[in-house]
Amino acid sequence: MLKRLKSHDDLIAMRKSGDKKLKQDKVKASICMTGCRALGAQEVYEEFGKQVKKQKLQDKVEVVETGCQGLCARAPVMTIDPPDAPSIFYGRVTVDIVPDIISNTILKGEVINKLCYASAGKKIPYLNDIPFYSRQNKIVLRNCGIIDPNSIEQYIEKKGYDAFAKALFEYDPEQIIREITKSGIRGRGGAGFPTGLKWGFCRKAKGDTKYLICNADEGDPGAFMDRAILEGDPHAVIEGMLIAARAIGSEKGFVYVRAEYPIAVSHLRNAIAQARKLNLLGNNILGSGFNFDLEIKMGAGAFVCGEETALIASIEGKRGMPRPRPPFPANSGLWNKPTNINNVETLANIPVIIAEGADWYKQLGTKNGSGTKIFALAGKVKNTGLVEVPMGTTLREIIFDIGGGIPGRRGFKAAQMGGPSGGCVPEEHLDLPIDYESVKEVGAIMGSGGLIVMDNDTSMVDISRYFMEFVQEESCGKCVPCRVGTRKMLDILTRITKGEGCKEDIEDLKEMAYVTQTASLCGLGQTAPNPVLSTIRYFMNEYEALIK
Amino acid sequence: MKDKAIELAPVDKIVAGYSHDYDSNLIAILQESQDEYGYLPKSVLKEISRLTDVPLTRIFGVVTFYSQFTLIPRGKHSIKICNGTACHVRGVDEVKDRVKEYLNVTEGQTTADYQFTLETVACIGTCFLAPVMMVDDRYFGKLTTDTVADIVKEYSN
Ligand SMILES: Cc1cc2nc3c(=O)[nH]c(=O)nc-3n(C[C@H](O)[C@H](O)[C@H](O)COP(=O)(O)O)c2cc1C
Ligand code: SF4
Ligand code: FES
Ligand code: FES
Repeated sequence: MLKRLKSHDDLIAMRKSGDKKLKQDKVKASICMTGCRALGAQEVYEEFGKQVKKQKLQDKVEVVETGCQGLCARAPVMTIDPPDAPSIFYGRVTVDIVPDIISNTILKGEVINKLCYASAGKKIPYLNDIPFYSRQNKIVLRNCGIIDPNSIEQYIEKKGYDAFAKALFEYDPEQIIREITKSGIRGRGGAGFPTGLKWGFCRKAKGDTKYLICNADEGDPGAFMDRAILEGDPHAVIEGMLIAARAIGSEKGFVYVRAEYPIAVSHLRNAIAQARKLNLLGNNILGSGFNFDLEIKMGAGAFVCGEETALIASIEGKRGMPRPRPPFPANSGLWNKPTNINNVETLANIPVIIAEGADWYKQLGTKNGSGTKIFALAGKVKNTGLVEVPMGTTLREIIFDIGGGIPGRRGFKAAQMGGPSGGCVPEEHLDLPIDYESVKEVGAIMGSGGLIVMDNDTSMVDISRYFMEFVQEESCGKCVPCRVGTRKMLDILTRITKGEGCKEDIEDLKEMAYVTQTASLCGLGQTAPNPVLSTIRYFMNEYEALIK
Repeated sequence: MKDKAIELAPVDKIVAGYSHDYDSNLIAILQESQDEYGYLPKSVLKEISRLTDVPLTRIFGVVTFYSQFTLIPRGKHSIKICNGTACHVRGVDEVKDRVKEYLNVTEGQTTADYQFTLETVACIGTCFLAPVMMVDDRYFGKLTTDTVADIVKEYSN
């Protein structure tokens, strides 16, 4: 039923016809059908479908499958939107309670208390009253959990592909790059490199064939932002890629997705097929003469393939080993052609920047990082889930106000940021406004956005050993400092956790950390010692207690 | 599970699906083949090499580099227990031990009846429901030593 869009006017007409549909007088029941499937969302969704059919309520209710709605701790979650009343949030929905939800909440507007979010014994039925939601600023996640990710119509109704049309018809490539540069956005994949600058390098690089790659390898254990974006709003990533492609002058893009994300792959595949049908991908897009198409490449289970040069080798069908830079991919990347690589979240930011303008975007955040950042909140925190806040928000706001604090009575000990390349932030720095630079100063990194909360039950030496084991296993073995350094540090840490450590161990660890940091070829080795150094910095007492 | 008995027609079909660029599509060809056979038998790799002209040594290099590929037969179902940071902090080790005990295998092994292969992975992006695992393409969250055994039991029948 999707009809080819031959021009910008066709796109506008399609959205306008959608506007009317949105105004219908139905109660919308949105069910998270991505991450929540791990606790039975599929069964709940099917039961809704069955009941609506049985009770012939098709004119009254519209059941929508959505991506992650954020408060994943309450899985399976759903939101009920009556046409003229505030949204109701329900969690821990079961198949048995579906008939009650229909008869009480959907048909009569009555709230079922036991499904509501509770804080300090108080039930909060309406989504906008829940601090988890009211304190966030969803810019990139604006559609995630709201629209059906498998429907390009719904994306377009929400002004989807409008920013791309603007970039295509109103801007020339240089202007797009200027706007992105001016916005101050920095890469969300970990290194925080200014995106506009990177695009400029690739645009200026010599060569007719240029490639664009979306890095969806999301290797940081404890991170799920990219998964949520791809599952919940895949068209935002495609739109971001279209704008990037037009800016750098590329006609061919790849999305490199990890194998553990089957739902993300399926939603992305479907989104690409829909975009092709509408001629938003392919040749002569919207009658403009611009061509661009996308291909999905599946990862095969190697953390190091998230590193850009290793990722390129993997797309070329080789062993995914990093190579020295320069040459940088912008000059010589995939099949030695100029290549631009961006992270999923970076690309999902692009449409908003073009739509709202760099000046608008810049006022969100701090001078060291504009815009918002999505955090994957996990570990020992009540409201585990997906959180988007402006840069410069403090960890205390994220963990306590939004995250609801620490379950049980143990109390907060540290937050781990940046995974195996990052470090931990102890209580004394909870009020630090976080951006790329401030986090570095306290010995962690912004990283991709994995935020794991640890309570006083967690041994920081064990965490340090855990990360070292991870990087030791994932080291590709190409260079000696990383291969041998991580092995030796792991041996020492293992000894210490077993209570067999000796006094010299800490000095030895620091020395090996230094060598590994300075002499390794790629980011994996260069950052591998960070968790050790950071735990030594803040939790030396725990090491000492074990060594004694 | 002898190599001799392996039917090679499916590989021919898989390779034919990639009319060009065998070299860069090698990983995709291997992934599809592993989906087809459950693992990568030597005869299949030889056939891929013959059809694509990609040297067998290069194929072996790729197969041994990526942890997804396996040269030995695997169980009908794959169980991937998450060993990521969130799951580690939330006590996945007990859950893992329970599965090992229930299936009587250790990590990387396949049960004697070829029903299950047990693996650990570093994060499956479901950290908010830690500890978690995947059975084939399905995610399961908030596992306890009790629920995990029930889930595995369901798959045994
Ligand atoms: C060992 C290692 C693993 C990485 N893993 C990822 C990853 O999973 N996803 C990602 O976007 N970037 C990852 N990166 C960073 C990429 O190399 C690259 O900087 C990034 O994709 C660039 O995109 P951005 O500028 O939009 O952030 C990794 C880097 C290293 C050294
Ligand atoms: S630093 Fe480690 S992962 Fe990176 S190339 Fe060297 S051995 Fe491989
Ligand atoms: S995965 Fe369902 S709400 Fe996040
Ligand atoms: S840490 Fe287990 S799913 Fe991410």
